[in-house]
Amino acid sequence: MNKRLCMPDAAAAGASAQNENILEVKNLVKWFPIKSSFFKKTIGNVKAVDGVSFNIKRRQTMGLVGESGCGKSTCGRTILRLQEKTSGDVIFDGQDVFALSNDELRKMRPRMQLVFQDPYSSLSPRLPVGEIIGEAVREHKIVPSNEYDEYIRRIMEVCGLPPYYRERYPHEFSGGQRQRICIARALALAPEFIVCDEPVSALDVSIQAQIINLLEQLQDDFGLTYLFISHDLSVVEHISDTVGVMYLGTMVEYAETGQIFANPLNPYTKALFSAIPVPDPSFKLNRIILKGSIPSPANPPKGCKFHTRCEHCMEICKYAVPEWKEVEKGHFCACHLYNDAEANAKASEEMAKARASEIEPVKAEIEL
Amino acid sequence: MAEKKKSSYISGKESRKITRFNRRVTKKLESERADANKDPKLYTTVMKNPQNVVEFDNVCTYFFTDVGVVKAVDGVNFDVPRNSTVGIVGESGCGKSVTSLSLMQLLARPSGQTVGGEIRFNKGDGTAYNIVNTPNAIMEHLRGNNISMIFQEPMTALNPVFRIGAQVDEVTKLHNPEMTDEQVKARTLEMLELVGIANKEGVYNMYPHELSGGMRQRICIAIALACSPTLIIADEPTTALDVTIQAQILELLQDLKDKLNSSIMLITHDLGVVAGMADYVVVMYAGRVIEKGTAEEIFHRPCHPYTIGLMKSKPVVGQKVKKLYNIPGSVPNPVSMPDYCYFRDRCEMCCEQCQGEYPPEIKLSATHFVSCYRYYDEGTVMGYPKSVNVEELL
Repeated sequence: MNKRLCMPDAAAAGASAQNENILEVKNLVKWFPIKSSFFKKTIGNVKAVDGVSFNIKRRQTMGLVGESGCGKSTCGRTILRLQEKTSGDVIFDGQDVFALSNDELRKMRPRMQLVFQDPYSSLSPRLPVGEIIGEAVREHKIVPSNEYDEYIRRIMEVCGLPPYYRERYPHEFSGGQRQRICIARALALAPEFIVCDEPVSALDVSIQAQIINLLEQLQDDFGLTYLFISHDLSVVEHISDTVGVMYLGTMVEYAETGQIFANPLNPYTKALFSAIPVPDPSFKLNRIILKGSIPSPANPPKGCKFHTRCEHCMEICKYAVPEWKEVEKGHFCACHLYNDAEANAKASEEMAKARASEIEPVKAEIEL
Repeated sequence: MAEKKKSSYISGKESRKITRFNRRVTKKLESERADANKDPKLYTTVMKNPQNVVEFDNVCTYFFTDVGVVKAVDGVNFDVPRNSTVGIVGESGCGKSVTSLSLMQLLARPSGQTVGGEIRFNKGDGTAYNIVNTPNAIMEHLRGNNISMIFQEPMTALNPVFRIGAQVDEVTKLHNPEMTDEQVKARTLEMLELVGIANKEGVYNMYPHELSGGMRQRICIAIALACSPTLIIADEPTTALDVTIQAQILELLQDLKDKLNSSIMLITHDLGVVAGMADYVVVMYAGRVIEKGTAEEIFHRPCHPYTIGLMKSKPVVGQKVKKLYNIPGSVPNPVSMPDYCYFRDRCEMCCEQCQGEYPPEIKLSATHFVSCYRYYDEGTVMGYPKSVNVEELL
């Protein structure tokens, strides 16, 4: 049944289709409504994810970085349809995830899994490890019941857990071991795509390295595709093939890892990368210190969302939303600094309109 | 597996024996500390080097738990010189926080006790205290006034039911009872401005939940600095914050240190943060200092296998490696520490001497010390860390 784990050459077969997109996200939007206290009327929206598009190729890792509250986790969860979208499309392996019926979605679930951030709260304290890993395996009938024991043992071995851990409970383990259990739980369903939501941020440096190595090993062995969400840029640089940078619900830059780290285009990306601490005392950081903190996603700034903290802020940034465009080959960025003449004209028009609408209400008041 | 169960199993009789012993020891130590009319000779001391703010001299902090004595800090030696930043690095559970809490006398008492060694604190006016023996009454004047602490979680360090203003006022008022309310408020506003809060009058009347994580950490820093302390202990001040906010806070700390002429003890597990901030680095493992030196020495010439492993296991932007190094195994059980080098079982560079007792501290240069037998012939032997025999405390 479980072809990927039983036949190592399944990975080789997948290699031929390497350039195929396993996941396509198009203009994904997720708003959380804010309800009034009494009538439960919607009085506003928290725009957690506000128009994000990207593709992930099979057997690759995409890193998603950004500050806390920028919508990285919401994006990951919405892709897996753990939350319903507001608009946009998510195409997983040729199928629209949001068009699936409940039965179809259930069949789809084992193919896309999630590893959570906090290994301390994402494991049930009342279930032994074998049950945590095996529950979904039985539920989805991944293997025939006579092979079940052997299968769980093998999954645990692959993730570096000795077989006698099966009867133990999560509280008996350290953070690194628990994260291994979480990964084993996701892997047991033989997924093709795993969303890793900050899998190493709660761990110590030396344990971090173990988990990162395990994730890379599993990717090579089973041909997995990862969406790696993290705010630790050095980890993302190590593990990812492509990187997307998010700010306040929108993606501001997307490129291959080497390209984006060598030549960040967006001022936000530049500031973010310049703030990475380097473990070398003789290396003098040329930090770009951003002023203030991230604005509220319930009431994001008009125009470019980053203009309130940007050091290159122009008049146009305050009114016109920058277009998402390919600045270099394979390097996407949303910033007015890289506008060509056509985009500039369009943005100026938008700015004029936005300004006019700002003045109009004032006029109306005067007339009254 | 059966054997494993046996070693951690404690019978009811043994458990009662341990509890009774713990109660006797902690009661004795507590009563000594509570004695406010103690002879000052017992707790005043002389600094070995008057240029130091704090000298940790073979400090032992043990926790008397029901399963036995946990030696959280066992023979720690290092100095914090004036106007400098000392970074303490290590994995969680290695005793870095307990070291700083021993200095503040903020351990979870009565089970946590500093049972041996000296922590000499230089007050700056010519007097020096041995914190280990200082009674509570004196400690109350030092804490917050001369030594202060910035905690890891700005969300939990502030009281949610008091306004920001009241919480900052409290520190100033407590240590300067002669000041009037107006003066106290003026001082608080000055502090808020110093830590870079633009809307200081507004923030003065706000509650902690109205502020973001970075702002709350600024408030915590304002509280810590309200009395211009000579030593600031920053216990993972930026772990809960984002990279961009982290950069802001670190910049601010560095600035304030120079403005107030203070020293910083920076506790963190992020090697990048230490490299950017610290003048001296202390690396701890399982309750002991395994290597210390200036930041250049530690980062450019790490000597202890653990320090080397720690450096290699962190991915660095711009340096592509195929596979990250990971240190095999895990930290030994804190209740029953081995009598040989604590790192031996995880070490890939073991030599014959490692079979013997715990390695001594070896001096490689004027500032660089390492506890490893691999350097036995390269430097001078400074001495072995001394544990305290808990049986002798009674």
